[in-house]
Amino acid sequence: MDADRMGRTLTRIAHEILERNRGIEELGLVGIRTRGVPLARRLARAIAEIHGHEVPTGALDITLYRDDLMRHAVGPQPVVRSTEIPFSIDDKKILLVDDVLYTGRTIRAALDALIDFGRPKAIQLVVMVDRGHRELPIKADYVGKNLPTSLSQSVQVHLQEIDGRDEVEIQES
Amino acid sequence: MTKDLLSIGDLSREEIYLVLETAEAMREIGERPIKKVPTLRGKTVVNLFYEPSTRTRTSFEIAEKRLSADTLNIAVAVSSVLKGETLSDTAKNIEAMAPDMIVLRHPSSGACHLLSRLCRSRIINAGDGMHEHPTQALLDAFTIRERKGRIEGLKVAIVGDLLHSRVLRSNVQLLTKLGADVWASGPRTLIPVGLDRFGVTVSTSVDEAIADADVIMMLRIQQERMHGAFFPSVREYFRTFGMTPARVANAKADVIIMHPGPMNRGVEIASEVADGPYSVILEQVANGVAVRMAVLYLLAGGAETND
Repeated sequence: MDADRMGRTLTRIAHEILERNRGIEELGLVGIRTRGVPLARRLARAIAEIHGHEVPTGALDITLYRDDLMRHAVGPQPVVRSTEIPFSIDDKKILLVDDVLYTGRTIRAALDALIDFGRPKAIQLVVMVDRGHRELPIKADYVGKNLPTSLSQSVQVHLQEIDGRDEVEIQES
Repeated sequence: MTKDLLSIGDLSREEIYLVLETAEAMREIGERPIKKVPTLRGKTVVNLFYEPSTRTRTSFEIAEKRLSADTLNIAVAVSSVLKGETLSDTAKNIEAMAPDMIVLRHPSSGACHLLSRLCRSRIINAGDGMHEHPTQALLDAFTIRERKGRIEGLKVAIVGDLLHSRVLRSNVQLLTKLGADVWASGPRTLIPVGLDRFGVTVSTSVDEAIADADVIMMLRIQQERMHGAFFPSVREYFRTFGMTPARVANAKADVIIMHPGPMNRGVEIASEVADGPYSVILEQVANGVAVRMAVLYLLAGGAETND
């Protein structure tokens, strides 16, 4: 998937979001660090281009909610980054944005984290790539692309804001 | 990170910055409606305090609770220490109940190092005698960085009872490591021998030390540790070394004034200064929780064990 496809995919998802939620009044976008954050910002822009109004956007770091945090006896702790949700999520429909949906554990952690900020009316999940292999009962509401993969592969979403280019890459490991 | 946090000397520049940056993320948790994350769920932290403390003990306890650890406070006034138990016996008995971390405050320098050798639990030094108070230095650095944007190249003047101060010893190591220009001032009787060999400019003139300073760090006169007359009277001390509004005028216009607490108003610091516009004393206390959360988080995970 290249930059062009990614741009069109985001526009398509923006349309789907507007269609399903009938407007943007109650919406809020929350990107999961690291790559969900620029994706959420781009979605906000895509929605603004169609609808003319900005959707409030935040960033969520899920490190402190991970279920594998204290399981390793050796190795340094993952770096904690800041969470910035500059709006109240109470009674909002929150669109949770991430780059790759895989085991579902990140999303599980993100749901726990979000609920500590308030009581949203609903949470919907947006992902750029769904690569399968779920370990938890979690499903995305908006998917950029379904990529069937094997467990030995890894899927990388590269974004201009972080990696200097827009590309989805499958690597054999 | 190492297994324990005993001394600032054990931390590299990179590790200090890692603590400060983690603390930045931790601070946001204190601003949420639900001020708690599940990170240290199921971990037990024992706060073992052999000296009176309000700020440090409360700060550690709040930090532990915000990370969902189970906390236990042992204040010596109501413990078996009064029945004559030694520190190592107390430690071994606590260790037998398998806590994950012990936060120790003790009047003897090196008490934490002793515990570190005896215990598998991770040890955090919350002040040992006249030796070190590493989390205080870290929260001071966090506060300076927040106000000034950097630490490198700042002139920091530390004024007061230098001899008995563990806050001084931790701060000097941290600030020189990060490239600050550190000055220290106090009466000659309260200057530890060889302080200048730690990269500190020592002066008995407080006005020289604070001239053009970016940061003034006041130290408490620790009368409980003084066995003898180090200065003629409190009034004379205040006149010669006390931080008054007139004195502060010699520092930079945007100077910040810090104090690790508890303050002796009218001894080392005038009330007008302590409550004045330059004072960041209460910010230090607020930042202490975030910095201690960062330390607890970073130590709780997988550092290499040294056994």
